[in-house]
Amino acid sequence: MTTITPPTAVAGASVVRDRRPNAAREAWLIAGRDMLHWVREPWGIVFGLAFNIMLILMFGFLFGGAIELPGGGDYIAFLLPGMFALTMLFGLESTMTAMAEDAKRGITDRFRSLPISSASVALGRAIADLASSALSLAVLMLGGLLIGWRPTTGPGEVALGIVLLLWLRFSLLWLGIFLGLRFRGAGATTAVQVLVWPIGFLSTVFVSAETMPGWLGAIATWNPVSATAAATRELFGNPTGTTSGWFAENAVLAASVWPLVITAVFLPLAAGAYRRLRR
Amino acid sequence: MTLMPQPTTPDSPALRARGLRKRYGAEQALDGFDLEIRRGQVHGLLGPNGAGKTTAVRCLTTLTDLDDGHAEIDGIDVRRHPARVRERIGLVGQFHAVDEALTAQQNLVLFARLSGLSKANARRRASELLASFELTDAASRAVSGFSGGMRRRLDIAASLVLTPAILFLDEPTTGLDPRGRATVWQAVREIAAAGTTVLLTTQYLDEADQLADRISVMDHGRVVAEGTPAALKRRLGGDRVAVVIADAARLDEAAELVGRTVGSAASVDHDTRTVTVEVDDGQKALAPIVRALDGAGLTVDDLALRRPTLDEVFLHLTGPGGQSASDPTAASTPPLHETQEAR
Repeated sequence: MTTITPPTAVAGASVVRDRRPNAAREAWLIAGRDMLHWVREPWGIVFGLAFNIMLILMFGFLFGGAIELPGGGDYIAFLLPGMFALTMLFGLESTMTAMAEDAKRGITDRFRSLPISSASVALGRAIADLASSALSLAVLMLGGLLIGWRPTTGPGEVALGIVLLLWLRFSLLWLGIFLGLRFRGAGATTAVQVLVWPIGFLSTVFVSAETMPGWLGAIATWNPVSATAAATRELFGNPTGTTSGWFAENAVLAASVWPLVITAVFLPLAAGAYRRLRR
Repeated sequence: MTLMPQPTTPDSPALRARGLRKRYGAEQALDGFDLEIRRGQVHGLLGPNGAGKTTAVRCLTTLTDLDDGHAEIDGIDVRRHPARVRERIGLVGQFHAVDEALTAQQNLVLFARLSGLSKANARRRASELLASFELTDAASRAVSGFSGGMRRRLDIAASLVLTPAILFLDEPTTGLDPRGRATVWQAVREIAAAGTTVLLTTQYLDEADQLADRISVMDHGRVVAEGTPAALKRRLGGDRVAVVIADAARLDEAAELVGRTVGSAASVDHDTRTVTVEVDDGQKALAPIVRALDGAGLTVDDLALRRPTLDEVFLHLTGPGGQSASDPTAASTPPLHETQEAR
């Protein structure tokens, strides 16, 4: 279809498209570009993972001995599913940073001036970020196996647990895209980097809610990260650290609904923020 | 659906904009912006910072919604069919919109494939563009190590992966060193020579003078003057002939003589012993002036003919108060809307 005459590309015959517009193909290309970033600059991912591994070692061995779980059980086995859920929350930062950087550097404008669907930009981001989180999850799971964490249930339950973790990550994508497009300053990124800590700690990732004062325990239990952590513990057959309560009995339901709510709120907001770029 | 973008009306101009309006808060960024660019022309959009050049480009390239007005690219309505417009434009914005972490080649292949080229054709197109913009040697290097001029060239190459009906260049040389500027100028000349229509915004007058077939001068969100560079300069007033007289005592006599010869009043600068007169056609006026002075026995030390520079045009049009009386030539300058009058 194309008739390009070398050697002077600018003076050659017209170059026209030979592929029809296709959002899936475009999303895949944009995702490929993001993944190429990690190949060319892998240190962000490597340090992110090293940091999570450090957290596991710190909490598992340094503090873990002093932590008694309500309902009993090994602390490492309790901690690992929590860390998996926390890693999904940390992914929020990378989504937000990547969106903000692209918008600041004019890459987003370049995409927007191309004859591609606007959905493919977000979809490409989603594919790339889910892939990166899945990879991080795999590394953490392998590391967990090395220090004695074991799922004790069947492959079906384990698979569902992994799906629920990525489901949480998926919902946080839209929050990240929204924040990245609306708050592009360096300060905003720092704010999120700081804020994921209280959100991450005010959960049942590291300690059981039953060891906290009642009101604090309630907040921690209602945290979406806690819901996913609790569901994952249950599905992996790991100690849950909870002995009673609605959430103890409906962890999988909560871990399914919470990301749905987050997606329902922030996907339209993210789309709106993208449209607002036209203003 | 056809893969080849066909212009709906082949005789339509490459770009037509009427009465564009865009407000940002209290600021009226575009305030009745009109522009028409014929196919194959390089059109310079010249104006000071904040005149609305970038807003105009963003609105015309579908990046920003218009409040009001009509714009079409290649005969296609920008507001109604933004997706079809995007098939026909290339945009080089003020930022270097290439991916820092990727190599030059990876950037071009990505944008070519996103624009709808197959993998093989995208690769081929990327190599051609790299060669055209003298980036072949740097093809597999990360863009983060590129100089400003190289980045800008890559940026331009990325906007040419498909042949655009019109290429928008928003201040393509801002922030570049003279060398980078020269290579970008060369690239624009080649693109223009290939017949691509170009809209180039700039705040550098020499850039518009060098590259553009026609220039629109923009201020406060609208076009305040339009024409060829030569016509714009002419509109400011005719050529100026400056004669340096050897004998300071006879300056006034010389001025009288020169004025009578060309039929308009000459001014005298005693410090430099210079008599200056404005004429319609400098080349025709020179010989009679010299003959008259010679006939009166006045010795000429120096003789110069010069045209107003674009800088003078620019300052005249966009200075504080615009076409104010602070400039003595303003009163005698006819309205500058050359094309609008002709319409």
